[in-house]
Amino acid sequence: MSEILVLVEHVEGQVKKVTLELLTLARKLGTPSAVWAGEGYSPDAQAKLAEYGAEKIYVADAAEIGDYVVAPKAELLAQLVSEKSPAAVFVAATAEAKEIAGRLAIKIDSGVLTDAVGMEDGLLADQSIFGGGVNVHSRVTKGTPIVAVRPNATPIEAAAGAGAEERVTVDVSDAAKGARVVERVKQEKGARPELTEASIVVSGGRGVGSAENFAVIEALADSLGAAVGASRAVTDAGWYPHQFQVGQTGKTVSPQLYIAAGISGAIQHRAGMQTAKTIIAINKDSEAPIFELADFGVVGDLHQVVPQLTEEITKRK
Amino acid sequence: MNIVVCVKQVPDTATERKLRSDDNTLDRDAADGVINELCEYAVEEALRLKEAHGGEVTVLTMGPAKAADTIRKALAMGADKAVHLVDDALHGSDVLGTSYALAQTLKKIGFDLVVLGSESTDARTGVLAAMLAERLSVPQLTFANKVEIDGTSISIQRVTDYGYDRVEASLPAVVSVVEKINEPRYPSFKGIMAAKKKPVEKLGVADAEIDASQVGLANSWSEVVDFAAAPPRAAGTVVKDEGDGGVKTAEFLASKKFV
Ligand SMILES: Cc1cc2nc3c(=O)[nH]c(=O)nc-3n(C[C@H](O)[C@H](O)[C@H](O)COP(=O)(O)OP(=O)(O)OC[C@H]3O[C@@H](n4cnc5c(N)ncnc54)[C@H](O)[C@@H]3O)c2cc1C
Ligand SMILES: Nc1ncnc2c1ncn2[C@@H]1O[C@H](COP(=O)(O)O)[C@@H](O)[C@H]1O
Repeated sequence: MSEILVLVEHVEGQVKKVTLELLTLARKLGTPSAVWAGEGYSPDAQAKLAEYGAEKIYVADAAEIGDYVVAPKAELLAQLVSEKSPAAVFVAATAEAKEIAGRLAIKIDSGVLTDAVGMEDGLLADQSIFGGGVNVHSRVTKGTPIVAVRPNATPIEAAAGAGAEERVTVDVSDAAKGARVVERVKQEKGARPELTEASIVVSGGRGVGSAENFAVIEALADSLGAAVGASRAVTDAGWYPHQFQVGQTGKTVSPQLYIAAGISGAIQHRAGMQTAKTIIAINKDSEAPIFELADFGVVGDLHQVVPQLTEEITKRK
Repeated sequence: MNIVVCVKQVPDTATERKLRSDDNTLDRDAADGVINELCEYAVEEALRLKEAHGGEVTVLTMGPAKAADTIRKALAMGADKAVHLVDDALHGSDVLGTSYALAQTLKKIGFDLVVLGSESTDARTGVLAAMLAERLSVPQLTFANKVEIDGTSISIQRVTDYGYDRVEASLPAVVSVVEKINEPRYPSFKGIMAAKKKPVEKLGVADAEIDASQVGLANSWSEVVDFAAAPPRAAGTVVKDEGDGGVKTAEFLASKKFV
């Protein structure tokens, strides 16, 4: 079957779950080859990629690749596309990987589809647009299809692949060295799963009332092994860091379960969470628009309901 | 400094947005057109940079005739002049075509700095700034929540999953901004009046030296095959908290096997 390149997402040498999703998806449509760009490659990473079906693993782990914004990774993929003539290139629909996809599209003169929530035969992509209101099928009509697939869109399944490693050298061009990363600043990151990857997200809104009160949201999240999210009202007020914002100008999440506490459900918030499979809302205003989306809703004070819920979940474990 | 800010008109997210059944493109007539929210932040940042470093701010919009309203809004905020790329041949361009058309226009009008929003509310691709950097062979400084310029050096804070990266480059460059970067100003009455007299240059495909075989629906690199309204979410259960709301929620979670 035809080769599909899958750009690996990794942090500190660990392969992210979304990559396993992309490998699973690519297996249904062709033969996946993983592409590792940047530092951190290890036998563990190789084993993980092989476990989920990577037949080949192209490894370009020169430090230089990570020293510049986006462009070197697009160059690497363009080089591989011209050498291997794959049937398609899949990346995760993260902010950075979409940019890589965009630059690659220009380099190889190919169409790009962003934020696919599924892929069908013939490389037809399912997309959910207008904040979840409309479903479209789209496809690339010129060149090698490049598709950015949303995290959590595909349940992962292991199926061993050969995982044959092939080293790739890239000479990062001067043109790709225009924007230098001079410092990486890590802001608090706890033991919780990453927001876009998490299968459960618990988000708090203005109704939480203060930065200190976010502890009740965190406690519920921890009882479920969930990630914590926030509405923009919260990140604007400085109660929680911006990288946890869910919505149009924050992260788009598609978890199995989304719990919104003290969030009204403004259109910009909904745009980031509407494709969650199950939605629970807790809000003291029965008219809050978030209830229109909720599979289960509680009209009440979150300061009563959330701690009780956390306690009940802990009891049932 | 010659700053160009790319501004897009989008259908108001508060109204019902649709695709056209004849060619599967966005129905721009069905909904009111408004300035893309993140573009307001881009305009604001461009104005602040001009206030700090001098120069001129030019608004660049590709869009149908009615996008002129959006251009006026950006001019009313304080931009100096505008270029409106408007031509029927551009209808239905995908992101490759749009980035090509805008890049050609930028080459034509010249720039030291191009400022964009990081995403639009209709297309939501979030890739246009990266594509412009690629096409123009200039540094990509995207997802900025802070921009600093010193002579021809520019540095930004690029928002990431874990915090931010500090990124440095030299002008000319392309920047995209996130909404945490500033608080866009409201146009003043004086600004609105002044905007009526500011120059808006209309360019067609030929004027901007755009190869017509690279733009428009028929020449796009991708297509929408079909579309349908998402099935409505089944109405959920809403209960009033009678002191047992948490317990009831836990029961629901258990019924769905989440706990
Ligand atoms: C350019 C732009 C981009 C935006 N992007 C985003 C985005 O990415 N993400 C986002 O979230 N928003 C975004 N917004 C903002 C959005 O429009 C809303 O303002 C925001 O989502 C509101 O947050 P909220 O629901 O927490 O606050 P509110 O709308 O103030 O709602 C608070 C809710 O909490 C309830 N409540 C209060 N106290 C309690 C209590 N004790 N117990 C239970 N319930 C309680 C209230 O009934 C109310 O419904 C954007 C706006 C713009 C203009
Ligand atoms: N037709 C257009 N005219 C001018 N700028 C645009 C246009 N389309 C997109 N942009 C710019 O690109 C940004 C990102 O848009 P998008 O890639 O559509 O999500 C917007 O915030 C604008 O700054």
